[in-house]
Amino acid sequence: MSDETQTQNPLRDAIDDAIRSNEVILFMKGTPEQPMCGFSARTSAALQALEAPFAAVDILPDPRIRQELSALSNWPTIPQLFVRGELVGGCDIVMEMYESGELAQLLGVEQPGGEPAQADAAQAAPLSIENRLG
Amino acid sequence: MATTMATKEELKERIEAGIPGARAEVRGDDGHHFEAVVTAPAFAGLSRIAQHRLVYDVFGGELGGRIHALALQTKAE
Repeated sequence: MSDETQTQNPLRDAIDDAIRSNEVILFMKGTPEQPMCGFSARTSAALQALEAPFAAVDILPDPRIRQELSALSNWPTIPQLFVRGELVGGCDIVMEMYESGELAQLLGVEQPGGEPAQADAAQAAPLSIENRLG
Repeated sequence: MATTMATKEELKERIEAGIPGARAEVRGDDGHHFEAVVTAPAFAGLSRIAQHRLVYDVFGGELGGRIHALALQTKAE
């Protein structure tokens, strides 16, 4: 019953517009300052470690955001990082790319010499996973 | 509606059945959170996104629902 093709859907259009108009945008649970999930914490910490400017959208306030985002991106989980309109991935992919230096390259920033985002992640959340859809 | 708990054995079987030539190592014993390392010749030449999508597609809407989380690492052979 889902019509994936066209957009009688202002929320989906707004998400689509946000993805297009922000070079780097992260959809996450919570905010970079106060992430509400370990995956979102690690992903935003990696971006912060690279000092790459990014827009962040908290998907928690309205469950429809997540529904529409996942329908749009065809990606089931949160967080989701988009760069120049393209889905880069969720936490696993972003962390893998962060550690290999590919993320810095994609974002056009310097890879910092120091530790990866693990220190931040450790204090942000233990590796217990919270990913609920309802 | 009764839903049975997911197991790592089930996930392994379904990934290996769903992706030709795939080998999966799956960890996770709580029935909800899993970690998988999947190797498949089908991944060759695909972006990570596309590789992960192939695995996600095996489970469709169950991810985020019955299977709360699947941490994924994919490798082409």
